[in-house]
This record gives sequence, C-alpha cells and structure tokens, in this order.
Amino acid sequence: MKAPGKMLPKIVGFIFKKPVTVLYPKERLVPPEHLRGKMKFYLDRCISCGLCARDCPSGACTMYELEGKKRPMFDLDYCTFCEQCASSCPKDAIEMTAEFELAHYKKGEAIVK
Amino acid sequence: MVYPEEVEGMSTILALIYLLIFPGFLFLFAFSLFSEYLDRKIYARMQRRVGPPFFQPFADMVKLAAKEDIVPEKAEGFMFTAAPIVGLAAVFAAFLYLPIVATTGLHSFNGDLIVVLYLLTIPTLALFLGGWYSGNVFGQKGGMRVASLLFSYEIPFFLALLTPSLVEGSWKLADIVSFEVSHPLALLVSLLGFVIGVISLQGKLERLPFDIPEAETEIVAGPLVEYSGRRLALLRLARDVEMVVGAGLIAVVFLGGPLPLLIKEPVYLSWMFGAVMCLLKTLFVIFLLILIKSAVARIRTDQMISFAYKWLIPLTLVQIFIAIMVRFLGGV
Amino acid sequence: MANVKLPIGPQHPALKEPENFTITLDGERVVDVDIRIGYTHRGIEKLMETRTYTQNLYLVERICGICSYAHVQNFAQNVEEILGVQITKRAEYIRTLFLELERLHSHFLWLGVAGHEIGFDTLFMYTWQDREVVQDLLEMISGNRVNYAMNTIGGVRRDVSKDHQKKVLDAMDYLEKRAAYYKEVGLGEKTILARTQGIGILKPKIALKYSAVGPTVRASGIAMDIRKDDPYASYAETPFEVITTDTCDVLGRIVVRVLEVFESIKIIRYLMKHLPPGELVVKVPRKVPEGESISHTEAPRGEDIHYLRSNGTEKPERYKVRTPTMANLPVIAEMLKDSYLADVPIVVAAIDPCMGCMDRVLLIKDNGKKPGELVDWDRLRAYSNRWYTQKRWKA
Repeated sequence: MKAPGKMLPKIVGFIFKKPVTVLYPKERLVPPEHLRGKMKFYLDRCISCGLCARDCPSGACTMYELEGKKRPMFDLDYCTFCEQCASSCPKDAIEMTAEFELAHYKKGEAIVK
Repeated sequence: MVYPEEVEGMSTILALIYLLIFPGFLFLFAFSLFSEYLDRKIYARMQRRVGPPFFQPFADMVKLAAKEDIVPEKAEGFMFTAAPIVGLAAVFAAFLYLPIVATTGLHSFNGDLIVVLYLLTIPTLALFLGGWYSGNVFGQKGGMRVASLLFSYEIPFFLALLTPSLVEGSWKLADIVSFEVSHPLALLVSLLGFVIGVISLQGKLERLPFDIPEAETEIVAGPLVEYSGRRLALLRLARDVEMVVGAGLIAVVFLGGPLPLLIKEPVYLSWMFGAVMCLLKTLFVIFLLILIKSAVARIRTDQMISFAYKWLIPLTLVQIFIAIMVRFLGGV
Repeated sequence: MANVKLPIGPQHPALKEPENFTITLDGERVVDVDIRIGYTHRGIEKLMETRTYTQNLYLVERICGICSYAHVQNFAQNVEEILGVQITKRAEYIRTLFLELERLHSHFLWLGVAGHEIGFDTLFMYTWQDREVVQDLLEMISGNRVNYAMNTIGGVRRDVSKDHQKKVLDAMDYLEKRAAYYKEVGLGEKTILARTQGIGILKPKIALKYSAVGPTVRASGIAMDIRKDDPYASYAETPFEVITTDTCDVLGRIVVRVLEVFESIKIIRYLMKHLPPGELVVKVPRKVPEGESISHTEAPRGEDIHYLRSNGTEKPERYKVRTPTMANLPVIAEMLKDSYLADVPIVVAAIDPCMGCMDRVLLIKDNGKKPGELVDWDRLRAYSNRWYTQKRWKA
C-alpha cells in the first residue's frame, strides 16, 4: 500500500532554509527596466495634436489650456498604465518610467503635467 | 522521583501555586499559545513562508476578546454560551492529572488515565452542541460531522493509549510512568500504539487530514461559523489547550513523561529538569502532528471512517495482542 | 433529516468568484443543484460600443485577469480580419509566446487552487511560488504581470530581445523540473487520489450534449482543441500534441493540465529558437469598414469565441463574448449528481471556473406563473431601499 505523505522529504528539507518571501518594504525587488509606471511628459516635444487624449481608454488623459496651447494632463487615479498615449504620440513626448509606488491620500493629488 | 510533601499533606499555598501558576492555568495558557505559535511557524517554514511572530496567538486572543460578541437570533443563547466554557474547563481539568513535574500530577488515583481520556472527549461534544445550537445550517452540518467522526477516531485513540497500562498492569498514570523508566524496552513494544495514538490524536484535534468538520472550503468553518468575540476566543483556546494536553498525554504514557529515558538526571534542580523533559517530549509529539498536517490533503467523512475501521482499529488490536503476549511471556 | 438547502455562494470560501449554487442535501448526499449567475456582471459588451477600437483593446483585456491575453488575441484577430491585414511572422510568434506563457501561469494557478480546495495548502504554496517565475518573465517582456497590453491592431507593441530569449529558456528548464515533480506528487499522493479519483464523472456523450470545452472535455477522451482544429497565430507551424485522458474524472483533469504544461514548454522552446526577424506592427486605418467576423482561440480553460460587427465608424456596433466557463457551467449539475457535499468544491474547481469572464445577464423564467419584467434603474433602487429598510430578510 502506498503511504500518504509523498511530499514529506521536500517539506522537511525546507524547514531550515530561508523563506522565499520578500520582506517589503525593508527589502525590495528590482523592477525590470521597461515596467509601465508613472509617465513623464516632455513639454518641449509636444505639438498639441491631442492624439493621446483621443486614444486613452479610461479618460485619464485630458487636454487643457496652457499659455494658449492645448497640453495633456494625466490623472493617475484613472490611469490604467497601458502606455497607449506613449504609443500614439507622434513625437515621443510621453515616456513611461519604472516608478510604481504611487499611493497617495486624496483624489486628484497625482497629476502629471 | 516522588516528593512526599507534594503528594500528601501539601500546604495550601503550594497547592494553589501548583493549580494556578505552575504547572496550572497560567503556565498552560502560556504554553498552549506558545505551541500554537510553533505550529503556525513551522507549518509556514515548511511552505517557504515566514510565518507569524511569537506573540501572534496572544494578539489574536486579545483582539478577539475586544470584538463584538453577537448571538444570532435563531441561536439558543444558553447552550451557545455554555459550549465553549464547558469545553475549555474540561481540558484545563484534564491537564491537572498529567504528571509534568513529578511522577504524579496534582492528584493521583487508580484509574486517572481513564478520567483524562474522558475529559478529553468533552471538547468534541461541546463543539457539536455549539454548532447545533447556532441556528445556522452550516453550523448544524459541521456539528453533525463532528458527531459522526466521534465513531472513527475515539476507539483507536482509547485503545492505543490503554496499551501501556496493559503492559504495565495498572490504570494509574504514576505507575505507568515509573514502569516506562525502569523498563526502557517497553517503548519498543508499544511503538505501534504510539504511531496510532499520534494519528488518532490528529483526528481528535480535527487537524488536517482529518479537518472535516471545519473544512473551510466546504462548510465555511463548520460549528464555529456563528461564533465571534469572546466565545470564539474561548473555543480557539480550548482547541490549543486540547492539543497540548493530548500531546502531553501521549508523551507521558508512551515516552515516560518527566522521567528521563536514557540520560542520568542531575542532582540539583531535579524538579525543573523533569518539567523540561516532559515539555520537550510534548513538543516532539506536537512536531510530529505538524508534520502530518503539512504533507497530506483533507479526506472525506466516509473515507475517514473506512480508514479508521480498515486500518487503525485492526492495527490497534494487533498491538493489544502483542502487549498481552509480552506481559504473559515476560512474566513481569 | 429532511432535505436541506445549502447555499454555496455567492460569498463562500470555496469559490474564488461569486456565483450561487443552491445544493439540496440529504445527509451528505447531493440531490439537486440549482445554478444562478450574474453576480459579477459588469456590462462590458455595452461599454465596448462606446469606445474606439484602440481603446477597446484595453477593455477587452480586463474581461478576465487570468485568461486576459486570449481575449485580446480574439479581438485583434476579429478586427484584422475585417480590415483584411496580414500581420508579420514575428508578431505572430510573439503573440503565440504570450498565449503559451499565459497557459503556463494559468495551469500553475489552477493546481494551487485545486490543492487549496481539497485542503492541501502546501501544494498551493509550492505551485504559486513556481508561478512567480512565469510572472517575472511576463513582467520583464511586457511591463506588467497581468493585463500585458502587448497587442495592438496590426501586431505587437514590444519586442523580445536576445537577453529575454535566454531568460525564457532558462526559466523553461526550471519549470519543467517542477512540473515533473507535481506530476509525480499528483499521481502518487494517496490523499489526493482519494479525493479526486472517481469524482465528478462526465461521460463523453453528456459532455458533447452540453457542449463542454477545454480540459474538462479533454479528460473524457474527446480531442477537442482549437489550436489543432482551426490553427491561428503560429500554431500551424509549432509541433505539439493534444493531451487527452479517458478517466472522465477530476484526476483526469489534473493530469491533462499538468501534461499540457509540458506541451506548452515544448512550444515555447520551439518559438524561442525559431523566432523570425521582421517588423512588429503593420499600419492600419482608424475606421473599420462594415463587416462581421467571428474568431475563436483556445484559452487555458477552453474555447473562447468572440463576435464583432462593425459599421464603418471608429467604434464597434456589437461585440459578443462567449467564454469557456459559460459552456462548462451547466455540466456541473450533471457531474454533481449522487456525490457527496465534500466533493462540491473540487468538482466546481475542476472545470476551472473564471466567473469574471463568464458573467452575462441571466434571465429567469418562472414557468409561466408570473411573467418576468425588466425594471429600470430608478425603480430597482427604490425597491432595494424599501426591502432593506423593512428588514424583510427572506431565506
């Protein structure tokens, strides 16, 4: 008769080994380079075409008036971090960085201009 | 190692200390919380997780005691409240008969092994009644499962634990302990009983793989489902204390309790040495229980009953036969 | 004891997502099962009609978290078929890579969930720890662990570099060893066998009658796999086999999924070694001409069918999704006949329910006693306020 407990040897071996949990926030894993985090906007490259706002799926990117020209405003509360705005921009004025620790306290606090 | 003044004519102060502080209620409370911590920590380490810090079970008790205690409308208030209290009282009482420090417990008489065994059955009945009277269909289903499981593991547990007394010849815990030490080979004779005792204890405590009444994914916590606040804290404490008392009983009966098996005891601090030995043996039994818990899945009610009747009980009968033959042939 | 009606769900630890199974019990035996769905209906099909095709890419992704890429693949295939564009070979290979990586992580996830349902928490922790390897790979290539946003209409958005290829191949070696270990444990561990062998029997005739799909039906001996029957992406070129067993029970479904992990590893290795060079995206116009299209893929749970009707503007006119769990759900009632209460969680988990993708509207017909009616939002709100204030808690 086969006895139950086939995983026992592996299990006992793990008792004294280090656990695999990463004790965040004391230890942090290094995120990969092209992680889709907070976006960075280069004002000098923007040509006010508005394609980013047209293609944003969640309405996070809206256009507003700044010194007579239309510029995009990114509300991080609505953003799904899909990078469609960066893909649609013909002048590469939007770039996604790897910053992902974006928790904040009030709605409307996190806006990238 | 029997201290005469501890057995007869014990002074009241010493008796109260023994009863309430060490090794009585306070020590049992702390030790059972510690053993719950060990249980969760070792279980977590086996799964490559970190596990809770050492004060976690105490923090759980404090948090539960501070929460709102709701009695549902359809529940019977009296039985609902009485069940955890009675269960906890029974296991606390059972602990007092175990020889932890000296060869005898607080009180020793012929047949105290049977009394401890019966007191250990009461938490199961308390769980059943608590689940039945909670007015919830999940609770009733869980209670029924608890009651039907009583048929499967009680018999091998009782029979396995009575094997050493068959070998030795009396029902007194103190005599069994002294016999174990003077004849170390007695452990080999009751080895099968030890294994069966540990497995049945796992069933009695309703831990994996015999986790059925409290199967989280099927019955949503079974008989515990409507408990909250202080009553739940008492039930959980009863569960932890039952684990310590059951493991302690097995350590006392099979492994010799506070008396050292193979090493010479030092002359000084001999009472502390006895207590430490007994606790170490209890922890060893608890470690075996944790090992069983982490390696298997949960089995169904009918599978558990057929496992008990096809394997556990026949093996226990074989063990009893061996014990009787040894005693008969050994002429002890 | 008389028959007891036990509600499993909508909130229940056995279900990862809310649905209602009302089980009529006689002691421990299941007599009848009544299934109600609709608890996570989010109105995705209606929402898709209000967004452009580019915006819809991200909405389709979020139909489900675990099988998200299969939905995006379907959507992209639908639109590309109506537009009549042909994407490059490299894009096809990268899409297939992601489909197989998703299958890997979904099957490891399922192994853990199945372990948890039968009470085997150690297996749960171990399989999810291996799943992290796959998640790290996905994050490295696509930038996100779930909802990868890799597809665009006309190709893919990110490339797989040489460094990525090497890491993927190393991870595959590690995962193959772990999958072999789980196969050994799953078939050798006595308690798992006791809980899953002979449970949830689904005969092939009944499976075909209810049109079940995916590993559920492949464990009954029927070799139904869209990747072989109607190849899409680059499945026509990659060599692999369709896994079937004929035990018809939950153990068969476990075996099918574990062996499919091996096949996925084989496919990924072939893809990484033969990745053709080329462009990633083909330029497509924004307005899609009138047309209809149907596309189906093999999601980790089975066959996933999408239907699209376009009308010449930027937004689709109608989009319909039929997910594999929707086809597998009526089979649960058949499988649970004459089984124990303790088998209900593992049988429900064995079809790999993904209620999030599945939920569409449920119409309950009351046998002609009282005609159902469609209420609008304000009336529904007033009704619920009245019900709760008067505390009419009905069982």
